Amino acid sequence: MNATNRTPGASIDIRKASKRYGKFVALRDLDLSIRPGEFMTLLGPSGSGKTTTLNLIAGFTEVSSGSLEIGGKSVLGLPSHKRNIGVVFQHYALFPHMSVGRNVAYPLTLRGIGRAERDGKVRHALEMVKMADFAHRYPNELSGGQQQRVALARALVFDPPLLLMDEPLGALDKKLREWLQLEIKRIHRELGTTFVYVTHDQEEALVLSDRIAVFNGGQVEQIGNGRELYDHPATLFVGRFIGESTVLRGKADIVGGDTVVSIAGTKIVASGKISGHAAPVILLRPERAVLHRPGTGVVDGENRLSGIVEEAIYVGSGSKYDIRLKDGTTAVVRSPLGAPEFAIGDTAEIAFRPGDVTLLADDASADITLT
Amino acid sequence: MQLSSRIFLGLFCLLVAILLLAPTLVVIPMSFNSNKSLAFPPAGFSWQWYDNFFTNPEWLLSLRNSFLIATVVAILATTLGTLAAFGVTRAAARTGGLLRAILITPMVVPGVVLAIGIYAVYLDTGLVGTVAGFVFAHTMLAIPFVLIAVSASLEVFDRRLETAAASLGAGKLTVFRTVTLPLILPGVLSGALFAFITSFDEIIVALFITSPYLKTLPVQIYSSITRDADPTVAAVGTLLFLATSFIIVAGLLIGMRRGRT
Ligand SMILES: Nc1ncnc2c1ncn2[C@@H]1O[C@H](COP(=O)(O)OP(=O)(O)OP(=O)(O)O)[C@@H](O)[C@H]1O
Ligand SMILES: [Mg+2]
Repeated sequence: MNATNRTPGASIDIRKASKRYGKFVALRDLDLSIRPGEFMTLLGPSGSGKTTTLNLIAGFTEVSSGSLEIGGKSVLGLPSHKRNIGVVFQHYALFPHMSVGRNVAYPLTLRGIGRAERDGKVRHALEMVKMADFAHRYPNELSGGQQQRVALARALVFDPPLLLMDEPLGALDKKLREWLQLEIKRIHRELGTTFVYVTHDQEEALVLSDRIAVFNGGQVEQIGNGRELYDHPATLFVGRFIGESTVLRGKADIVGGDTVVSIAGTKIVASGKISGHAAPVILLRPERAVLHRPGTGVVDGENRLSGIVEEAIYVGSGSKYDIRLKDGTTAVVRSPLGAPEFAIGDTAEIAFRPGDVTLLADDASADITLT
Repeated sequence: MQLSSRIFLGLFCLLVAILLLAPTLVVIPMSFNSNKSLAFPPAGFSWQWYDNFFTNPEWLLSLRNSFLIATVVAILATTLGTLAAFGVTRAAARTGGLLRAILITPMVVPGVVLAIGIYAVYLDTGLVGTVAGFVFAHTMLAIPFVLIAVSASLEVFDRRLETAAASLGAGKLTVFRTVTLPLILPGVLSGALFAFITSFDEIIVALFITSPYLKTLPVQIYSSITRDADPTVAAVGTLLFLATSFIIVAGLLIGMRRGRT
């Protein structure tokens, strides 16, 4: 645990991994590479295969096909107790018949580490999670947040090169969750261990991760940092899953290298075009658009879409509007403080530049999976 | 509730309690009888029947036999019953239910029926009147009790703790020794206790497979009381009553202590 003899983080390479339960395919030719020391978050809707992936890495289940390497060595067939990986579970999984101190000492005892060294490491690990005063308590005498900190200490005390966490903060309230997120981030910085973290809370993913792997239907749709995923989603699913967005659909044409989509009779220009045969759709981020009163503030080359304000919510840093377009689509727009304000029922025009939207291939399943 | 009905209920409970306790409470005064008779109420007071029990080699030998057999049975039945409980609780629900039903039959089938079957088999195999014969028969009778006690513990045991232990570096046996067993221990111990008592006071099968050279305590009590009205049986009964009460109270106390942590 101390800086001198710390184990460096391990890399993970998953190639074409599939996991089948009978006929059901939980993972489909999954590729995922994680760099040494990286904080990688697996993000995706329920049932998309995040836990299954983590279980494969931990050795709790085996792949049906494909390869899995940790630190450059194949671990296929290696039982979980020989993989030397720390795991933190959503349900804490502390041993109820052992005190906090004995829980944390457990992996060290198994490794035959002598008493003096063991006590030192246990104390260090508990100090790291700020639980040093609780060594004599039993798990049922701790709150959920405290139990999870002990579980984290127990998973890290044997200096594993890799730590897996499956929604570790899922059962905690928002305040505590936010505080523990920062603690986990600090510990990751201090140790340099590779962290793989599962969550379906995208805000949490953005706070913690170096990179995020977005899961959908047993596959990774895109890997990137928060900015890449938000600004340059590779698929409609990723665009819709990360952050708020409005999807504009209509008949599309290519005019002079740009894509023109007609939405409820209005021609909307988006820079560039997509490859492939799928119909293009436009993804608009709420803060990339500006709201104007009809006919005001017109700028040449900007797109304009007219609609009725359906909902207006004051959110402190500005206002959030739901605008109903003529074709029935509801667009989301966020205006900063000082921008013109609108009331429910007002007519408003949404303005945005052709370069501020993302063109993506239409994918009906992106809508279905999100519900 | 009305006062009259409350009094009525109270009296009724008292009556049931007396009914349940009466046979036991009759035995205790009889054991101090100064005459060689099982008459109730007893006449006079003496320790002679206790004296007889502790000095008569026939009684002591049967006590020793019962202890030996019950101890071996407790160990065997607890081991086998615990393994069976694992199988039953961890098999698929359907298979598990079926296995459980089969494993519990010795508890449901009338004792005499079992006794006849066992006797028939033992006659051929030469197990009548042997310690091994008693141990086999009693283990069979005791396994269902262990199975029930241990599977009750296993059902509330959180299997995810085993996964956690494995991730921390524990192999299957270590997981069992350090996590599973300590947490289901109350069930295992009460199973062992049940197994011991099942064997120790078993009489039906014992009467069939006993021989003049190997008697257990219940058999000795039975033959003594049918031969002559010897109040020593009352003394033995009283001692057994005290011993079992002690074990059960101790078991309850241990259970309460464990429940708190
Ligand atoms: N043991 C199993 N037998 C059959 N199907 C399973 C099993 N374990 C998981 N699955 C299925 O595999 C799919 C992926 O499950 P997984 O637990 O990886 O999802 P997840 O992304 O972790 O979802 P969540 O966010 O809800 O935890 C699900 O559809 C699930 O029903
Ligand atoms: Mg999951």
